[in-house]
Amino acid sequence: MSAIAAEKKLARRTVERGSNGERTKDLLFRSALLLCLLVAVAFLGALAVTTLSDGVGRLSGEFLTGEPSRLRTDSFGIRPALIGTLYLMVLVAAFIVPVGVASAIYLEEYADGTKWWNRAIETNIQNLASVPSVVYGILGLAFIVRGPVDIFGLGVGQPTLLAGALTLGLLVLPVVIIVSREAIRAVPPSIREGSLALGATQWQTIWKQTLPGALPGIATGVILALSRAIGETAPLILVGAVANLRFNPEIDGPFSALPALILSAVGEPKPEFQSIAAAAIIVLLVILLLMNSVAILLRNRYETKW
Amino acid sequence: MSTPHDPSQTTPVADPTDPRTPAPASVRLAAAPAAAAAPKEMAYRLKDVEVHYGDVKAVQGVTFDLAQNEITAFIGPSGCGKSTLIRCLNRMNDLVPSARVGGQVLYHGQDLYGDDIDAVQVRKVIGMVFQKPNPFPKSIYDNIAFGPRVLGRKKGMDEIVETALRRASLWDEVKDRLKTNAFGMSGGQQQRLCIARALAVEPDVILMDEPCSALDPISTAAIEDLMLELKERYTIAIVTHNMQQAARVSDRTAFFTVAKSDDGKRIGELVEFNPTEKVFSNPDDERTEQYVTGKFG
Amino acid sequence: MSAPTLTKARTGRSVGEQAIRGLLALAALVSVLTTTGIVVTLLEEAVSFFREVPFGDFFFGTKWTPLAGGESQSFGVLPLIFSTLYLTFIGLLVAIPVGLGVGIYLAEYASPRVRRVFKPVVELLAGIPTIVFGFFALTFFTPLLGDLGFELRIFNGLSAGIILGILVVPTIASVSEDALSSVPQSLREGAFGLGAAKWQVVVRVVFPAALSGVVAGLVLGASRAIGETVLILVAAGNSPNLSANLGIEHQNMAAFIANTARADISAGSVAYGTIFAVGATLFVITFVLNLFAIRFVRRYRQVYE
Repeated sequence: MSAIAAEKKLARRTVERGSNGERTKDLLFRSALLLCLLVAVAFLGALAVTTLSDGVGRLSGEFLTGEPSRLRTDSFGIRPALIGTLYLMVLVAAFIVPVGVASAIYLEEYADGTKWWNRAIETNIQNLASVPSVVYGILGLAFIVRGPVDIFGLGVGQPTLLAGALTLGLLVLPVVIIVSREAIRAVPPSIREGSLALGATQWQTIWKQTLPGALPGIATGVILALSRAIGETAPLILVGAVANLRFNPEIDGPFSALPALILSAVGEPKPEFQSIAAAAIIVLLVILLLMNSVAILLRNRYETKW
Repeated sequence: MSTPHDPSQTTPVADPTDPRTPAPASVRLAAAPAAAAAPKEMAYRLKDVEVHYGDVKAVQGVTFDLAQNEITAFIGPSGCGKSTLIRCLNRMNDLVPSARVGGQVLYHGQDLYGDDIDAVQVRKVIGMVFQKPNPFPKSIYDNIAFGPRVLGRKKGMDEIVETALRRASLWDEVKDRLKTNAFGMSGGQQQRLCIARALAVEPDVILMDEPCSALDPISTAAIEDLMLELKERYTIAIVTHNMQQAARVSDRTAFFTVAKSDDGKRIGELVEFNPTEKVFSNPDDERTEQYVTGKFG
Repeated sequence: MSAPTLTKARTGRSVGEQAIRGLLALAALVSVLTTTGIVVTLLEEAVSFFREVPFGDFFFGTKWTPLAGGESQSFGVLPLIFSTLYLTFIGLLVAIPVGLGVGIYLAEYASPRVRRVFKPVVELLAGIPTIVFGFFALTFFTPLLGDLGFELRIFNGLSAGIILGILVVPTIASVSEDALSSVPQSLREGAFGLGAAKWQVVVRVVFPAALSGVVAGLVLGASRAIGETVLILVAAGNSPNLSANLGIEHQNMAAFIANTARADISAGSVAYGTIFAVGATLFVITFVLNLFAIRFVRRYRQVYE
């Protein structure tokens, strides 16, 4: 061994010995933190295992295409609720994409942040993002279902799919706005300057440069918002989603959705319903996982590295 | 498609004050007229220009004229307001909500900050190239075509792109990969692409805000050569922190410095505006001499 | 050479630009209208509710039986508020250590590879619908606690409270991780340079520096726990209790609202009014908490950005 190497080793040992007590505490602290992570992961794992073991046996083509029935539980199906959830997804998207992205553009590109009303809009959106979902349900119940706003003359006083979609849309709108704003902010100012310096107007700059650059981020935000919307139960209860609808929902008529069906199945005393609830949960989680995978894929494939 | 010309609006805005009136004594030094051999047409006449950001005054008392088809260099220590000033020349300062521009910026007799002036139109006529190359995340072709497209041009795009790239001495390097992403080019090429992009809009003036500060010496030399070629067709103003560059390419030089106001605030100020040769060999002002000889700044 | 035209020749274009700006501002107004809608709805119905039920009876009464008939009907909201806060308290007892632990681990200790794996796991936990947590609490966790020797009814506060905590973990973890990560590296280096051990740097330097962000995370977590509906509805039962016993049912405000709406009641009845009166109370509590959180978030953003 060379003299230098020996010296190095000696120096290292001195350093190690000097901080031995601290190292034990360090290890303890680190282990405690790791334990926290493990607790969270363990709950997630237990949740997955319980649901799968309860529900996988029920999954079949018939389960997806059949109709719910309280009496003949062996032929129980979730088609109307599944279709309701897919409808909700489309309708919510049709509402939140234009309104959410437009709000984000206004706040990022036009609004003068020193004006009190623009700051108020901003605080308001942050606040709306954490209003309990059941409160949105109350809004939906009073304003949209029973109240003064009759959207396009479609079934006022009736719980309709459209009313449900609008309620869920308002609920997740802040998410879309907040994520879209971040995506727009990530487009470097030099791109805007470059475009404006060529004689493009502000809107041309936004439409042709800023928005395309922010699109992957916005798409991710929209998908996140949609996955939150279709997993919500409380607002659906308030706006009157039917748990065991036996026919396909229509936009201006009674509707069902997976969370409403699951809630009702969980409350059933018959033990068969536990596996029905679990199987419906698996279907819902698969939809959510698919959406999240698409979001991750979009982010990784199309994100511009500035 | 061509820009619709409204005959009632083609006449330049009447200038309330004759720009040729002598400057007040306090600014006469700065406004020392250039003793050019042949009288050149002036593109810009600046009179007492000052810029505020909110309550803070960034630059004040700038009075000089920029001649057409010349290169004018803005030099001075950092914080002297040279970049702020060049951004007044095509209203890029509009993008900073708190910025206010005082005094007069006349472009061929029209006050750029007049009520009836369209900032978008201004930027079409007066192009700009920035400190860091800022190509759009699109193909080389689409980068050049962007400007003409937003101005409504649809036909003959291939020629426009080729002409612009040729003028920017970039055509031979990129003609085989026009459809590839501009992010794949070297920094120097990206900057020349940005110049070509500005040329495609057919501006009269090109403003360059430290265009070479992010580039290596070889790319810098290429861009300097390009500037000398371009001045045959365009009026050019360039901000640079590199005095040799100013000496090499510019016809006239404006030297700015940071002055302390009475209440101790730092404000950018024009010290001297003269032919480049004079600024670097026999400047009028002591501070200029100190700066160009490296004794200060 | 003739001077180019710089005046506003293309009026059509600038009108278009103005119109677009107006449309965008209108979209931004939707969120303001949402808040207005919520406030108006709650106020209007709550006011007519308080015409029937005296203010004092509502806020200071200790018996909550709004759906009962005749003499036994009573509108004391205290049990409901107590159960709400009690469940939130149990939840935070779990969520604060676990959430902070996860946040600190991910921000300060995890290698980039570990973070790449576990951050999505935490996000996954955040993305699971709460009805799923309700199912989990009722069919797995309550029986498990029973096997461990706890005296529990089928619907109880203990299981629901603990799972409520797990539900809030991602909120606390991700906000506090954000806050910790935005503490400048130079601060850590300074402390290490003085010979501090890693845990000392984290606990005594980084954590205090990120405190306002961490507090924001806790407040947001609390606000989320207070407003949670379905988990409580499914796992904690349908009656609020002014009792510290966690083995019995505990209903929170949100679950009461959902449960009342499920029962087919007629609009305009006093029972219908309770939805709004309780909703208004819930909204005010979470609104105040959110304002606090926003204030705290702004504070740490200001310091380090």
